[in-house]
Amino acid sequence: MNFPKTLRYAKTHEWARRGDGVVVAGLSEYAQKELSDVVYVELPAIGKEVKQGQPCAVVESVKAAFDVYAPVSGKVVKVNKTLEANPSLVNTDSYGEGWFLEIEPSQTGEWDSLLDAGTYESVLQESAH
Amino acid sequence: MNYSPLTDADRQDMLSAIGAKSFDDLIANVPAALRERGLNLPSGLSEFELRGYLDSILSSNKTSGTFNSFLGAGSYDHYIPAVVSQIAGRGEFVTAYTPYQAEASQGTLQAIFEYQSVMAELTGLEVANGSHYDGATAFAEGVLLALRTTGRNKALVARTVHPEYRAVAATYLAGTDHRIEEIPYTQNGCLDLKFLKEKLTPEVGCVAASNPNFFGRVEDLTDALALIRGNQSLFLVTGHPLSFSVFRSPGEWGADMACGEAQPLGLGLNFGGPYVGYFAASQALMRKIPGRLVGLTTDRRGKRAFVLTLQAREQHIRREKASSNICSNQALCALTVCVYLAAMGWDGLREVAMLNVEKARALRERIAALPEFEIPFGGDIFNEFVVRSRKPLKPLMEKLREKGILAGYALEKSYPELKDHFLVTVTEKKTDAQMNELTEGLGSRR
Amino acid sequence: MMEDKAAVRKEGKREWCGMTDEPNILIFEKNRSGKRTTGYVPSPSSEAKRLIPDSLARKKDAIFPEVSEREIVQHFLRLSQKNFSVDTHFYPLGSCTMKYNPKINEEIANHPSFTGLHPYQPEESVQGILRIFWELEEWLKGVTGMDRFSLQPAAGAHGELVGMMIARAYHDSRRDFARRQVIVPDSSHGTNPASAAFYGFEVITIPSDPRGRVNLAELAKAVSEKTACLMMTNPNTLGLFEDDILKIQKMMHEKGALLYYDGANMNALLGIARPGDMGFDMIHLNLHKTFSTPHGGGGPGAGPVGVKKALEKFLPVPLVTRKGDRYGLDDDLPDSIGRVKAFYGNAGILLRAYVYMRRLGKEGLEQVSRDAVLSANYLKKNLQSALEIPHGGFCMHEFVASSEPLKRFGVTAGNIGKRLLDYGIHAPTVYFPLIVKEALMVEPTETESKETLDRFCEVIRKIVRESEADPECLKNAPHCFPVSHPDEVKAAREPLLTYRAFLGRQDRRDRSDLVSGISF
Repeated sequence: MNFPKTLRYAKTHEWARRGDGVVVAGLSEYAQKELSDVVYVELPAIGKEVKQGQPCAVVESVKAAFDVYAPVSGKVVKVNKTLEANPSLVNTDSYGEGWFLEIEPSQTGEWDSLLDAGTYESVLQESAH
Repeated sequence: MNYSPLTDADRQDMLSAIGAKSFDDLIANVPAALRERGLNLPSGLSEFELRGYLDSILSSNKTSGTFNSFLGAGSYDHYIPAVVSQIAGRGEFVTAYTPYQAEASQGTLQAIFEYQSVMAELTGLEVANGSHYDGATAFAEGVLLALRTTGRNKALVARTVHPEYRAVAATYLAGTDHRIEEIPYTQNGCLDLKFLKEKLTPEVGCVAASNPNFFGRVEDLTDALALIRGNQSLFLVTGHPLSFSVFRSPGEWGADMACGEAQPLGLGLNFGGPYVGYFAASQALMRKIPGRLVGLTTDRRGKRAFVLTLQAREQHIRREKASSNICSNQALCALTVCVYLAAMGWDGLREVAMLNVEKARALRERIAALPEFEIPFGGDIFNEFVVRSRKPLKPLMEKLREKGILAGYALEKSYPELKDHFLVTVTEKKTDAQMNELTEGLGSRR
Repeated sequence: MMEDKAAVRKEGKREWCGMTDEPNILIFEKNRSGKRTTGYVPSPSSEAKRLIPDSLARKKDAIFPEVSEREIVQHFLRLSQKNFSVDTHFYPLGSCTMKYNPKINEEIANHPSFTGLHPYQPEESVQGILRIFWELEEWLKGVTGMDRFSLQPAAGAHGELVGMMIARAYHDSRRDFARRQVIVPDSSHGTNPASAAFYGFEVITIPSDPRGRVNLAELAKAVSEKTACLMMTNPNTLGLFEDDILKIQKMMHEKGALLYYDGANMNALLGIARPGDMGFDMIHLNLHKTFSTPHGGGGPGAGPVGVKKALEKFLPVPLVTRKGDRYGLDDDLPDSIGRVKAFYGNAGILLRAYVYMRRLGKEGLEQVSRDAVLSANYLKKNLQSALEIPHGGFCMHEFVASSEPLKRFGVTAGNIGKRLLDYGIHAPTVYFPLIVKEALMVEPTETESKETLDRFCEVIRKIVRESEADPECLKNAPHCFPVSHPDEVKAAREPLLTYRAFLGRQDRRDRSDLVSGISF
């Protein structure tokens, strides 16, 4: 499975990328594979304050619904509206067009608590045993 | 006796196949302290005896068929064509389970899809669910949905909504942070817009009204809608669904949701149940609607197929995240409604509705002409209207009852301010002779 | 597709499944203006339209069926032939108790002396039905060991919600406001946590022990002064009796928490043990399961809620009362949680359940559970050689098998369920409970003949052989149905919930997509 080195990850299978004063977040390839065909994504309102580790979006497959947790705390400044019409992007391009939202972080230290690709992969391997 | 086809020989064979000496071996896990030695209940009856026994009990009921009844108030005695009960009584529908195995349930699934289609049409909204327990629970869940969707905590509910619907909504909301405030009615028996305007604060997520309302009045909701939209609240409209074919439907009034009782569309009175709640909503709310939804899709060979869909909203998948804990619909009742609406057709339905309006208006005029009575809430009605008696109502009702007439629903219990007021309902089944009997009974001094 | 058909021919399934494979044509697609059968009621006068002012008149058109009565009958009867039902097929669907629904129930409930009763008629004119309510309550009390019942709830899930409301009202009445948690075992029905969460409780799930029972150590860790209630069923969804139930109830009650019994599995217990004696404070019964009222394709059912004395005053209004030989409805109960449904519950369903209980009586009801338990054990024993049965020993009215060993052929529990359909047998409950991999939950009920049970085992063994010999046949099953493997992803991504939406979608599509009007 592909876990780009440039990204950070949460144990709850979200990825995060630092951009221009914002953190972009989405679901890892592992999560999208576990979900199988994503049929719907529910995104938060712009301006909503989210907390690290708290639910900020919902993703649904035919047989399941899961919360997506905010990788960092802050204000939602942008959401990927195209997912509402085309949720399959989460499956086909989870690190690109399948991004979920952009957060303007409010806590500086939180980024460092996220896992790098290698650590995330080893967490996955551990939980597989 | 029971309905088990196992013979004693079968039971013996089965026990030996299992490797148990007696039945008690099988339930050895049940602690002795709990083991009952039988039930403390009477023995069974033959079908013949039971039928006689029930005949004797049930014949002590007097039905709307033996009374000349003008009761309505949420439960309506409309004519049901013979074809409706014939189809709804088919064992293949009656004894099927929830359609989880789509391939083996295309009949039930397609019938629900067709029900959703006609209910969406009738309510003038984009989507309808596969039905709810009844009008009151549909209404309560509609209010909850509006509050959860808007993230606000207050609902304004018209006092002219059915008292039992309001009561159920209050029960459902009691354990939450949500609150209900009631909107009073005007001297005309309509929504008090002045009050509504004052109370439409940013915390109001839902405004719920009935049209026709509990007093039978059909109101113009145009101004109410403007206020509600201005406050970005969601608008829920309930009401007698037959009226939606001739009066403006909830969708046409701008409602986001229509939640109410579909019993008048082909179901008997049945002492209040089973009935069937309709729940329709705008496209924007589609993924939040509680209850079953059937969708049209294709199968692996490209053939048209029906499936339960958007199931991620539902309890068996979301468990504690579900939009509601409801895990069924009233499928057989929805089928019944669907057959009724198919039999009537659109024009036929409109004719029945017109007949209700015509007869109710005729009776209202006749009662208005009686010196002892007045019509407090004049104006447009569907098939019900309120009458005020200048004399005490109770003895009058009793006198009429002795003559076999049920004059209507006394309003005082639910509306203490409406002492000696009663709600009269007229469906297409009421004959001129029956209506005359009522007016004569009301008019006579003895 | 060719090989599917060959497989079907080879096995000769058609005689069993009894389904038509006609395409699904919507009633709207048979519309033609003027076809409608008219004259069900007299026509209104031509003046009537003037009674509706233009500002209030409906303007929007509606797409309704426009077909004759003859076509309606044909249409819906064709639909009925695309359904499995208890009347036509064996339905070993775990936790659903798909038993035979006696015909006398239907006849009595469809009698005009009941169907013509208006809920607001004067009490003295409905004494007969009120007496039946009263007597039904007595019977339900006798069977469960509870002290009082509300007949209001319309379904099991509705009953659970009422139970949660009562739990909250009870703790609040004791000013014990911290109790906002509900504990459920991981084997519980999905409705349990949903009902608790819907009413604002925090749900704590506890794992089962290796014997498939509630793990007492985990329960001890979970229970606290914050616990409002434990929700469970007994026997549990593995079909196993919770033999520590007396310890469990003690643990809960010592901590001040309540016990709620999910009555979905009551068919195992009639005359064997009573939830009231086990220490449960609240219970709902699914009358459409144990008490033979039909499922109707998903409802209407009924889920009466019974409670112990201490909780009686919280029951929803109205309650049925009796003074001498006069019956009434009491809605003046100040501590009640309130009203949960309009009128008095699903009266027609209550009446059917009453008919069933009176018909069977004490001995008949006892035999129900004895035969249900016997039949389940017979199947469990017989299937041991064909499938894996993770929790051994005797079961109650149902058991859970696993098709995990067939995974090596790429065959899943779902495949087996679909293949069973080809043989004219409804699938067991699959993938539930969640704690068993590739679960197949089987509940035969007491109303199937030994021949049917034997045939079921024979068919399962055949399917197990097919898994190895021809796994593709299973993966593509069912083969002789109007549809096979509907595309659920498409249905959820682009929902089409009405005929109007379907027409709209069609208009936007390339017409060449249409295959003879039955596809899109």
